[in-house]
Amino acid sequence: MEGNSEIRPVCPLPIAQYPHVVLAHGGGGSLMHQLIESVFARRFSNPALDQRHDGALLELDGVRLAFTTDSYVVRPLFFPGGDIGTLAIYGTVNDLAMCGARPHWLSAGFIIEEGLPMETLERVATSMAQAAAETGVQLVTGDTKVVEKGKGDGLFVNTAGIGIVRHGVRLCPRMVLPGDAVLLSGDVGRHGMAIMSVREGLEFESRIVSDCAPVADAALALVDAGIEVHCMRDLTRGGLASALNEIASTASVEIRIEEASVPVSEPVRGACEILGFDPLYVANEGRFVAFVSARDADRALEIVRQSPQGGGACLIGQVAGAHRGIVTLRSRIGTNRILDMLSGEQLPRIC
Amino acid sequence: MFGFVKLLRPKAELRRAADLTFGGSSATFRAAMKFIDEYRDGAIVRRIADVISSITTRPWTIMEICGGQTHAIVRFGLDELLPEDITLVHGPGCPVCVTPVEMIDKAIELARRPGFILCSFGDMLRVPGSRTDLLSTKAAGGDVRMVYSPLDAVRIARENPERQVVFFAVGFETTAPPNAVAVQCAKREGLKNFTMLVSHVLVPPAIEAILSAPQNRVQGFLAAGHVCTVMGYHEYEPIARRYHVPIVVTGFEPVDILQGILMCVRQLESGRCEVENQYARSVHRAGNQPAQTLLKEVFSVVDRAWRGIGLIPRSGFALSEEYAAFDAERRFELECITAAESAECMSGLVLQGVKKPVECPAFGTRCTPEHPLGATMVSSEGACAAYYRYRPWKGTQK
Repeated sequence: MEGNSEIRPVCPLPIAQYPHVVLAHGGGGSLMHQLIESVFARRFSNPALDQRHDGALLELDGVRLAFTTDSYVVRPLFFPGGDIGTLAIYGTVNDLAMCGARPHWLSAGFIIEEGLPMETLERVATSMAQAAAETGVQLVTGDTKVVEKGKGDGLFVNTAGIGIVRHGVRLCPRMVLPGDAVLLSGDVGRHGMAIMSVREGLEFESRIVSDCAPVADAALALVDAGIEVHCMRDLTRGGLASALNEIASTASVEIRIEEASVPVSEPVRGACEILGFDPLYVANEGRFVAFVSARDADRALEIVRQSPQGGGACLIGQVAGAHRGIVTLRSRIGTNRILDMLSGEQLPRIC
Repeated sequence: MFGFVKLLRPKAELRRAADLTFGGSSATFRAAMKFIDEYRDGAIVRRIADVISSITTRPWTIMEICGGQTHAIVRFGLDELLPEDITLVHGPGCPVCVTPVEMIDKAIELARRPGFILCSFGDMLRVPGSRTDLLSTKAAGGDVRMVYSPLDAVRIARENPERQVVFFAVGFETTAPPNAVAVQCAKREGLKNFTMLVSHVLVPPAIEAILSAPQNRVQGFLAAGHVCTVMGYHEYEPIARRYHVPIVVTGFEPVDILQGILMCVRQLESGRCEVENQYARSVHRAGNQPAQTLLKEVFSVVDRAWRGIGLIPRSGFALSEEYAAFDAERRFELECITAAESAECMSGLVLQGVKKPVECPAFGTRCTPEHPLGATMVSSEGACAAYYRYRPWKGTQK
């Protein structure tokens, strides 16, 4: 480096810490992780939470339970391929499945804004009932609150779920080992771009439909077939890249991904190109990654491909030995680069 | 307004690319073509890189003007494929990076006012002004809305007649026509509550500013394809002659960029200084005439301050007299904050191609995308952000 001594960057006043919560804190990127670590994790620390998994793994009188919760704030409430109700059921069911658990019971909390049409609420409840029946879970308890007009965004839904962990199964990021194969259950980026297309009134040549779906059958089929699975994670906000980064960081490994093997549908790619988005960071609601022992990789792929949502499953990379907590991507051109976690949500570029 | 130009004749253009590069052997290009993959084909990219290596006999420094090109170069690792003698430096073509701090302060001030709605492209929200950014202003209760098109801002004005709606119009010649359409539309509809805070900048004066600076080390330019789609490239011809530099109008995909570099190196090696057009599938010499007519009607050329660089004469657009009623700066009394930036600010040196991001002592330590010290780290097109995102583990780049 040249001339360091005379250069003192005195750029515009840095915003070192936001005094308020900003939207980017909810974007699934590094700002959100900072918020969780600095505000919640250090205050609530306990062995179950500290596993940093999609749900907590608990043991009660010899029964191993998985417990998880998630809140849903999607706008619009209905979108191509689903609605807030299906998201609220599938999302929590998927989180439980990622712990190797068969989902059994869910709670549902509704925060309703004054003025929401009753018909809308009924449609959402009907979707939830159908999704629950489809995934074999029961909504066993709930809560309803109504807030003043302007104090909510129509409807917020929270669900929490309990599942029973398959006997002998132990899945978590820290189990990920160098040499593991990384399996992805299908193409990425559909949900985020489907929402974007309806929310912002962007019309693309082909309609993009959300991938919103339950993945429990595919995920549990792996476990039941005796595949040596070390960790699974469903892809949500922040997309594939953020999920891989979370796991790499918790497991202190390097995950290497081949860009060419990550499937992205043509309409999603086109929409991402137009907006300057990277599909690897776009939200999904019906995809997961599984870290499996390399010798089981092909068999695992076969099993996932036989499930309704796993037809497009593929192997996208592997875990390398280095204890670096990073994700690297080999581009189509053959060059390597870091696949970092974004700080917040992706913002459309100006030009 | 988005960085997207649908290819008109991709197959023919790729053949042309092959002919230019490999002297007529276009066998590689027989595969089925869509609109992007062919321009990201690793084998073609490597072949062009090999040709560049084979013709390069001495060190050359080339600047790509546009932030979109910088982003592609770092994202695809294109500079790693080049011979050591070729140094790429990154230009000031990131509209977010060069928007002066006082304009951001003005946008923030407007967003804070009761009864105002400030509309902006997403990129601008995290760029720090002198005290805060638009994202924080929104969190503190200001009505800041992210829009995808200036026409969205016009629609918001139409739907909120009791509110003042200000669109933060930034960018280069590429974004100017849609912004001009928006203000024209507002005028036609007689909207009294729509204004624009204009901070438009122009590429050719910035190239001249870089070339006439005493510390300049740039020997050739890749001009921004999308800007030239609108403006054509005739205005670069006097610059190429006066400063004796080759300028190649270049696209944004890996094959485009490497081919632009190849054309530039060929000129440098043979002592030529012409304006050439690599991006012929989108750009014509005269540009888009209706768009230029529109720009002349709506805007007038003014002096503009560039963040990190300083004032460049006749380097920007402001609304013309005819549209003065839509100019937020003239319409509303805005506190004049002269937040002077230090001449030592590293982002200015990066924007002028004098320094590379990794040469900054704050890079990656005190300055990260979460805690940016300068605009080049904030914008997704900023050179520092691109380096940080794609190669934080590496040391000093060439």
